[in-house]
Amino acid sequence: MTEGLITMAYLVSGLFFILSLGGLSKQETARKGNIYGILGMTLAILATFASGEVENFKLLIPLMLGGAMIGAVLAKRVEMTSMPELVAILHSFVGLAAVLVGVVSFIDPRDVELTGANKLIHEIEILLGVFIGGVTFTGSVVAFGKLRGSLSGKPMLLPGRHLLNLGMLGASIWLGAQFIEQGHDQALISLLIVMGISFVLGVHLIVAIGGADMPVVVSMLNSYSGWAAAAAGFMLKNDLLIITGALVGSSGAILSYIMCKAMNRSLANVIFGGFGTAGGSAATASEIEGSITETSADEVAEELKEAKEVLIVPGYGMAVAQAQHVVKDITETLRGKDVNVRFAIHPVAGRLPGHMNVLLAEANVPYDIVFEMDEINDDLPDVDVLLVVGANDIVNPSALEDSSSPIAGMPVIEAWNAKSVVALKRSMAAGYSGVENPLYFKDNTNMLFGDAKDTLSAVFSKLG
Amino acid sequence: MKLVVPKESISSEKRVAISPENISAFETLGYEVWIESGAGDLANFPDNLYVQSGARISNEKSELWAKGDLVLKINPPSNEEVGLIKEGATLISFAYPARNEELLQSLGERKINWMAMDCVPRISRAQSMDALSSMANVAGYRAVVEASHEFGRFFTGQITAAGKVPPAKILVIGAGVAGLAAIGAARNMGAIVRAFDTRPAVQEEVKSLGGDFLMLDFEEDGAGSGGYAKVMSKEFIEAEMKLFAEQAEEVDIIITTAMIPGKKSPILITEEMVRSMKPGSVIVDLAAEGGGNCELTEAGRSKVEHGVTILGYTDLPSRLPAQSSRLYGNNLVKLVNLLGKTDQFAINQEDEIIRGALVLDHGQISWPPPKVEVSVQPVKPIEESVKEPVEEKKSIFSPGLMLGGLCILLLAMGWQGENEFLDQLTVFVLSCFVGYMVVWNVTPSLHTPLMSVTNAISGIIVIGGMLFVSGSNPWIAGMAIFLATINIAGGFLVTHRMLKMFRKE
Repeated sequence: MTEGLITMAYLVSGLFFILSLGGLSKQETARKGNIYGILGMTLAILATFASGEVENFKLLIPLMLGGAMIGAVLAKRVEMTSMPELVAILHSFVGLAAVLVGVVSFIDPRDVELTGANKLIHEIEILLGVFIGGVTFTGSVVAFGKLRGSLSGKPMLLPGRHLLNLGMLGASIWLGAQFIEQGHDQALISLLIVMGISFVLGVHLIVAIGGADMPVVVSMLNSYSGWAAAAAGFMLKNDLLIITGALVGSSGAILSYIMCKAMNRSLANVIFGGFGTAGGSAATASEIEGSITETSADEVAEELKEAKEVLIVPGYGMAVAQAQHVVKDITETLRGKDVNVRFAIHPVAGRLPGHMNVLLAEANVPYDIVFEMDEINDDLPDVDVLLVVGANDIVNPSALEDSSSPIAGMPVIEAWNAKSVVALKRSMAAGYSGVENPLYFKDNTNMLFGDAKDTLSAVFSKLG
Repeated sequence: MKLVVPKESISSEKRVAISPENISAFETLGYEVWIESGAGDLANFPDNLYVQSGARISNEKSELWAKGDLVLKINPPSNEEVGLIKEGATLISFAYPARNEELLQSLGERKINWMAMDCVPRISRAQSMDALSSMANVAGYRAVVEASHEFGRFFTGQITAAGKVPPAKILVIGAGVAGLAAIGAARNMGAIVRAFDTRPAVQEEVKSLGGDFLMLDFEEDGAGSGGYAKVMSKEFIEAEMKLFAEQAEEVDIIITTAMIPGKKSPILITEEMVRSMKPGSVIVDLAAEGGGNCELTEAGRSKVEHGVTILGYTDLPSRLPAQSSRLYGNNLVKLVNLLGKTDQFAINQEDEIIRGALVLDHGQISWPPPKVEVSVQPVKPIEESVKEPVEEKKSIFSPGLMLGGLCILLLAMGWQGENEFLDQLTVFVLSCFVGYMVVWNVTPSLHTPLMSVTNAISGIIVIGGMLFVSGSNPWIAGMAIFLATINIAGGFLVTHRMLKMFRKE
């Protein structure tokens, strides 16, 4: 294939990627979008094969087949509740791949011909690619560990951590300057040190962020993995990598922005100042009047049978308890009895943007009864029974009523406006933000304690 | 420790202190529960139900009393029972200490700890133990049932083949717990319900139950302490009486609930008003025990005056024994919980609920307790002012500033840039904008598939690896290829799997 043909093939595959993201804008076109993505990728790989620059097929083909098989197995085996982990670990692969490509492109002798400004720009690109890739790699591994629970979800805060971060950044820049001036062999060592520092920085940044902020972290790392790919594109002078990296990078950035907005926090606040570090405002938040009323599965079932409008607000607790299937059974039974059952999803519910939607889809809940927070808040006074399944902060009234609360200003689902609220919860522990939830103390709220799956199964058995 | 529940000794009393459902809660606290044989018969809780729930039955009254470390009752003990109670035991029941001084003395001699259900402070935390409220709730409901029994017509309006039936009109005076229960019950039976209360704050609750709130052209808030209304000024009372006189001519049923603790109930319905009511009308006076809100009420009896039936029953909760016993038992569980498990049983007077309820402390009279202010009442108006939306935090990066900065940066790069790089930069910046535009359109419910797709396509870095796999370091490049293909395959396939699950009805 001629170079011109290859460039055009890359362009077409870039267009396919754009169409792919565009397809995801609606449920109806989403599957087509995914197919566009696959077409784009296939075309890009075939074009690269045909470019004549790839020769070592004996190594290449088995590796690609092996990778594809592993990917396929992962995709098939993964539980929908573990999607956040899968996404996180896949990010780390991209990060590491970007590091490797950066290093190899520096070692590779093709590189030596460059001089002057070209060389400078090229070396900065390599540095950036390796650095961003490194942070993405270890950061994602840590996020993966936190989401899986193999690392503690609590933020781990080292003393002077901001200084530590700044120091690492400074050292990287200084080493980077050395790298540009040094001869080839010495420069390699500098590059590897920068790589090491970026690994440590990635770990340190993400370890300090708590489990429930993972939606933001995962989308941020999604963004980073895009920027890393784009940086690789710059150093290889490959437009397709640049286009794709930019698409992914801006997509992740937008998702992080949406998540932050949904918590009324800035990205900097999420990354550098987690809850519980912003001064003890959680502890001083006003005391709550009233008492908690406990209810039983029998009573909840009765209440549901009597209701005309039921709204279910799922949270991370539903994912943890794997309760989505029981939720669906209850939904179906009630809809069979002409009860209008709907779902309300808060943008940061779960550990991944859109996580709850996927879980409900997995359980076969039709997506047209699943609504966004903004679509449903005005309807709440008409709701007879509102079930809160393992959610806490996203239905906390103090976000709107108490300006001293750490979650003040965060948009929430105004559950308390419903006629009756049943909150399913494992215990009375505070939510992720450490804020007490006055919702539980309201007169129209009843608590159903226990593992969501067990309690809901009990409710379901009484519904029949 | 042994917890005993004797049969109530007053002959007209049908209730029992706890229901079989409560037994397990007491057992968890470590109590051995004993019930007097037949205690729950009149409330439809036969002995075998208690036994099934784990209680033991005692046939001998004196034996039961003699073994009780904790005695749960409804009514204050009779003289006979005072003689039976074990010395130093703890007794929980209604006490009415203001009118039972002798009883306090005689129980005091037996070194009893007596906790009065009617003295539990009316604070938010104690709501779940407030037996006065739970009994008032039952009384309010039963008042409507009694009224409908005496009333000769439907409550609900109907248009039938045999002619049109107008709905009954009911006036409820006092919208406390009993009043609200009465409003709810009467509304559910289809009547038109009007309610009056000196506290304007309850207006919302009346409306939420479907009642109309009658207003006076008069500014005075009747909210007093302890959850009761306070005594109003003379002018107010005159205006109020005028309103009742007007209403009496119009309504079919009047339910009055105006009680002032420890005092005679105010007269709100005069004989004159009764005379002005339509024949066949009904008055239910829930304040009969304190003398009644109607001039003609006779406590404990029903009678007909000027063609109007006036009910002065004082045992309304006992007329719904199964329900009242259940609620009272739940109140008891909550209160006994405060005393802790049996191995750490303690009457902790630091707790304001316990201190308030305790009228005898090891035989010493500890009533009245130091004053506790009610905490729920005037919260409403404050809530309004707090509700001002908390302002959204603004970013220092306004879109204009960002765009301006970007332009300057790009121009600076172009100043002495090198062509090939600038070409790439053009592609990069344009792609960022395309991505930005496209991704904003993605529906939030597809954000997870969006992430997995972007994940897959960021595996495009595989091309980077492929370009170097034929070079001098095939293994490093190979590693990159391997990782990136996992990504590509995994990302696309898992997206496919997810999207397949989304279905429309």
